[in-house]
Amino acid sequence: MSLPASLIGVQPKFETKGLKAGFKSTWVLNGIDIKIPPNRVTAVMGPSGCGKTTFVRCLNRLHELTPGAVVEGEALLDGEDIYDRNTDPVAVRRRIGMVFQKPNPFPTMSIYHNVVAGLALNGERNKKKLDHAAEQSLRGAYLWDEVKDKLTDSGASLSGGQQQRLCIARALAVEPEVILMDEPCSALDPTATAKIEELITQLKKDYTIIIVTHNMQQASRVADYTTFFYLGKMIEFGETADLFENPKEELTERYITGKFG
Amino acid sequence: MKGLILLSVAIAIIPLFLVVANVVVEGLPAISSGFFTGIPPSPLAGYGGILNGIEGSLLMVGMGTLIAVPLGVGAGIYFSEWPESRLSFLSSFTNDVLAEFPTIVIGLFVYALVVAPTRTFSAVAGALALAIIELPIIARTTEESLKIVPITLREASMALGIPRWKTIFRVVISTGKSGLATGILLGIARATGETAPLIVTAGYLNYPPTGLFQQTGSIPYIIYNFGTAGYPNWITVAWGAALVLVAFMLILNLSVKFFIGRKSTGVRAEI
Ligand SMILES: Nc1ncnc2c1ncn2[C@@H]1O[C@H](COP(=O)(O)OP(=O)(O)OP(=O)(O)O)[C@@H](O)[C@H]1O
Ligand SMILES: [Mg+2]
Repeated sequence: MSLPASLIGVQPKFETKGLKAGFKSTWVLNGIDIKIPPNRVTAVMGPSGCGKTTFVRCLNRLHELTPGAVVEGEALLDGEDIYDRNTDPVAVRRRIGMVFQKPNPFPTMSIYHNVVAGLALNGERNKKKLDHAAEQSLRGAYLWDEVKDKLTDSGASLSGGQQQRLCIARALAVEPEVILMDEPCSALDPTATAKIEELITQLKKDYTIIIVTHNMQQASRVADYTTFFYLGKMIEFGETADLFENPKEELTERYITGKFG
Repeated sequence: MKGLILLSVAIAIIPLFLVVANVVVEGLPAISSGFFTGIPPSPLAGYGGILNGIEGSLLMVGMGTLIAVPLGVGAGIYFSEWPESRLSFLSSFTNDVLAEFPTIVIGLFVYALVVAPTRTFSAVAGALALAIIELPIIARTTEESLKIVPITLREASMALGIPRWKTIFRVVISTGKSGLATGILLGIARATGETAPLIVTAGYLNYPPTGLFQQTGSIPYIIYNFGTAGYPNWITVAWGAALVLVAFMLILNLSVKFFIGRKSTGVRAEI
């Protein structure tokens, strides 16, 4: 697999080597080797069931929480294997935020408490620090102006798009290095989607972003790099425009021309 | 078909309605403010009060609940969050058996455990019996109410780098807490109405309790004891006590409805 010219010599933020994952009897990922560049948006595309969700869930060690889940291979974050025996998965998850397909704010918590949950539940009690983190994260997620006067309202009282930005703010508050997004806009309308996409392009200044999407327009709009997965294999990785205009693999071409689902 | 269903509903409700109506009609004459401050009367000497029963029941149900809540909630959390463990399977099974156990047998067990060695009926023994009766109810409702907390919330929490036990205590339980409260209320309701185990553990005292290791009266015992006696005023006292008990149950059940019906949204978490 040849690296795009723009990435030669770039130290990857995340690198997987022979990453395999599955459930009890079946492998879903069959050895993924990929290099994710820092401070860029990388889109993961591929037909339904090819293992995109499983892949990103391996990157923050969430996959292993599913009963029967298995993982093999390496996933190097800044060169260190997050699957090393001595690595604490909880510490890994603090460095790698995640935004889920369906907005999932904590229903019993206020907007404020949702945002600072990661800090407060990890023992941060300093009110000033929490307030600061709440405001910064909500600003970062472009939600501050919409909620600043109702921070004590329930997180569940927001619209779907606002809830998703709340979930992004919640992920930002713990100051991760990488943010994983699994089809973050699939439950949202076009306006809310546009907001999240704009947000993503802003966030890459400070974060490395990996986004799963089914939508090629979306990948073109937000992603610097795109990778195509098929049946648990990474088929191709390249600069987004390049991959869509001149796919090197036949499978990629068939996918982007809509020849299969 | 719908007519048949309505008919069977009516038939099912009628006995309940008759019982409640009967309790109200027969018990109301006994009720006055003195009924809550006095002690049961001598034969043919007015209606007195059931303070000994009220205080005894409060004491024993209260202590029993204090014992049963931490154990029951703890067990429920364990069943819900570690279902794959073998201990969980075993104790969950035990819990089911215990829930169906004849309460008189639980009473006899506590008799052998506490009453016989201490050589006295006592509030402690009564409370222990009630705790054992409440335990499986609280454990099961805790388990059920935590199991329905969506996995997506647990994952959201874990993905923030919040450890599993904190996720359970601060996110899962906080989300399922109305179910927990319901379970505790159901346990209290069940314990408050129990008679048989108290007969063999707490006995009866015609005065409000003054110590934990003495015979202790309770509302159900008053109903049993005075309702089967031959004096008309005693029988009315029993009905009055029954009315107090039924009213208490009604309030508890309404509270349960309140907790179940309440939306979890809009509630501030106390982080
Ligand atoms: N809990 C599970 N137990 C067993 N198999 C599972 C489980 N979750 C997912 N799978 C299987 O793993 C495969 C990959 O699933 P995954 O969710 O990673 O696909 P995906 O690429 O994200 O698909 P989609 O685009 O539909 O979200 C699928 O074949 C699916 O059936
Ligand atoms: Mg998916």
